[in-house]
Amino acid sequence: MLGSFGIAVTTISLLLSLSLLYLSYYDLKLSSNRVSKKIYKFSFLQILLTFLSFITLIMAYVISDFSLINVYENSHTTKPLFYKISGTWGNHEGSLLLWINILVLFSFLFLILDENKNKNFRLYTLIFQNILISTFLIFLLTNSNPFSLLYPVPTEGMGLNPILQDPALAIHPPLLYVGFVGSSIYFSIALAALITKVDSKSLATTIKPWVSVSWSFQTLGILVGSIWAYYELGWGGFWFWDPVENSSLMPWFLMTALLHSVLVLERRIGLYSWVIILSILTFTMSVVGTFLVRSGILNSVHTFANDPSRGLFILSFLALMVFSSIYIFFKYAPNENKNYKIFSKESFILLNNWFMIFFLAVVLIGTLYPVFLDTLTGQKISVGPPYYNFILAPFLLPLLFLMTSGPKHKWISPEIIGIFNIALFIAVSLFIIIFISIKESSILLLLILLFSTYLITQTIFDFFEKFKNKNINLSRIISHFGFGMLIFSISLNQIFSVEESFNARVGDERKFKNYTIKFSNLETFTKKNFKSAKGYFEIINNKNSTSQNLTPEIRVYNKPETITYEASINTRLFSDSYLTMSNISSTDVFNIKFQKKPFMNFIWFSVLLISLGGILQFTRFRKKI
Amino acid sequence: MLNIKTKNRLLIFLSIFVLSIILTIFLFKTLRNNVLYFYSPSEVSKSDENAFKNNIRLGGMVKPGSVKTDNNEIKFIVTDYKKEIIVIYQGTVPALFAEGKGVVAEGKLQDKKFFLAKRILAKHDENYMPPEIKESLKQNAR
Repeated sequence: MLGSFGIAVTTISLLLSLSLLYLSYYDLKLSSNRVSKKIYKFSFLQILLTFLSFITLIMAYVISDFSLINVYENSHTTKPLFYKISGTWGNHEGSLLLWINILVLFSFLFLILDENKNKNFRLYTLIFQNILISTFLIFLLTNSNPFSLLYPVPTEGMGLNPILQDPALAIHPPLLYVGFVGSSIYFSIALAALITKVDSKSLATTIKPWVSVSWSFQTLGILVGSIWAYYELGWGGFWFWDPVENSSLMPWFLMTALLHSVLVLERRIGLYSWVIILSILTFTMSVVGTFLVRSGILNSVHTFANDPSRGLFILSFLALMVFSSIYIFFKYAPNENKNYKIFSKESFILLNNWFMIFFLAVVLIGTLYPVFLDTLTGQKISVGPPYYNFILAPFLLPLLFLMTSGPKHKWISPEIIGIFNIALFIAVSLFIIIFISIKESSILLLLILLFSTYLITQTIFDFFEKFKNKNINLSRIISHFGFGMLIFSISLNQIFSVEESFNARVGDERKFKNYTIKFSNLETFTKKNFKSAKGYFEIINNKNSTSQNLTPEIRVYNKPETITYEASINTRLFSDSYLTMSNISSTDVFNIKFQKKPFMNFIWFSVLLISLGGILQFTRFRKKI
Repeated sequence: MLNIKTKNRLLIFLSIFVLSIILTIFLFKTLRNNVLYFYSPSEVSKSDENAFKNNIRLGGMVKPGSVKTDNNEIKFIVTDYKKEIIVIYQGTVPALFAEGKGVVAEGKLQDKKFFLAKRILAKHDENYMPPEIKESLKQNAR
């Protein structure tokens, strides 16, 4: 029932998108300077029906309608309701439907929010957006239909992989998709601006809120994903430079570059073409990201079973998209003069863009090099985290410095600003205190600590200056402060992390450094959808004779039968204690890994601050209209 | 002669060009030093000393009945049905590590029969097998 209904609704929304394409094209020729009412009506219907198709799929999951292959493969009657719902986008077909929903949502929001813009500009944006929507809907209906029916109808589903049954992972895809797919709207806007020759000021004001929104969501999505990896994968790390993680980071670099260069475009004519190129690249990178994750060509720890035909579709779509954007760009690109004065604010923003592009290149090469090498020579390799750390870490120094001093410069007029000020003085004295207390010998790490301390103190100073001078951009202060905190906390985390792995039986005790770990008891119990063995550990810190209890679990889920190791994490303000336990081939020996992870809270919190800056930028902007 | 503006532009262009070349060389050099090559046990037995210098990834099946543990380490045999290598590892194994299942170990070869692992890799999906292992097992099963 729900299956046929879903197919019908999705087909109608495809028809609506196609008619919107036609209507917008037709409307271009009309002399009226307002977008016709019909387009509004159709857009409203389009968003209504697209949402309805998604709700239909959610309903099918909620009532466990196993006549849908998609529900049968990814759900189970005993699964908690929350995970039945989140299971909807935990698989390829469902997440593609979510992707389309967000495309439609952005198209609709653009139509109703940017009412005061040039008519043809809006219509062209709508045309490009609907080309994207129709293509993805066709892909959904022909290749990845979540409503495909199954006969005979099975009585029970196959279940959802238990590591995906997690609150963080339930909200991770929607957040990331708003970021990824949000970039589609400025892709469309950029192409439309080229064709209708919109001036740089209105291009900048149109694109800016969309960039800040997608950037903030992308940041949040990455944050939630790495929190999940931290407590669920049991490695005790938060970033692994895994190809799948990289695919979410690469569009982020481009969005960050765009976010900054739009600021220039708002004030002067420069960077028009560059902003257009960045907008096109960002969405292209988002599609590349989707392609990399869904096609299965990456050898990643996150890889799920995949289907190569999807990759082929996305790849051909990508090629078509890139070539037509390049064509449109070269056909319509305007001439512009590029005169920059060194030490003006815009040249610092250009520098930011250089850094972002460089970071992007490094991550892109690291991610794709193994794929190319494999196709060309058949050699199997993987690129390890040292590559990224080794290359990126030194470049953090100039980046941090520029983030501190760049925003202090004025627009257009060159003016060298003294870098010797109170903030630097405080930063250096703070750094000396840190230096004495940490006994760290890596010069690079120390320098990174110093530069991030400088950024932090400077942004705090800027924050207080805001009370005097209302023109200072608060979102910049918050995001830059967050970034300084992030680098600062990661460095301290690197320096102070403690790790110990060993094997133990119940009753064993292990001493190392100033810790004693006692494995006191093991309990087994059965829950609705899993069986569990829970270990009781006491961690004694001999230095200050405090102790804490940690209880990691080994869970055996019944549908599908999967073993997971639940890390036990004791979170304190400054440091996490992290313990995982695993069983080795059903003997009575357990494999224990204890980790002390300092400043984890600070890492999460600073990323939250970074994205908060973007959200603030958006609200500030909306108020102006 | 070139006027000053063109000269300046040329200078900027050239310095950017040179800088990007240096960066690219630096990038690929680091990349080369940090790649992990993938070997199956059969490939290890045929390999030259290059395989012993750097960290590599060793992939295959955990031989049934071969896993032994004591207070410090885990010992097991990785096989691709043709050749076998003994792996020694200190640390936690991922949830899907089991006898008779696929495994990827990261670490250093001590000799052609003996591998010291630093990390055993986790995979999300019990049906999923790293493409490298699948391929090398497929070839050997013939």
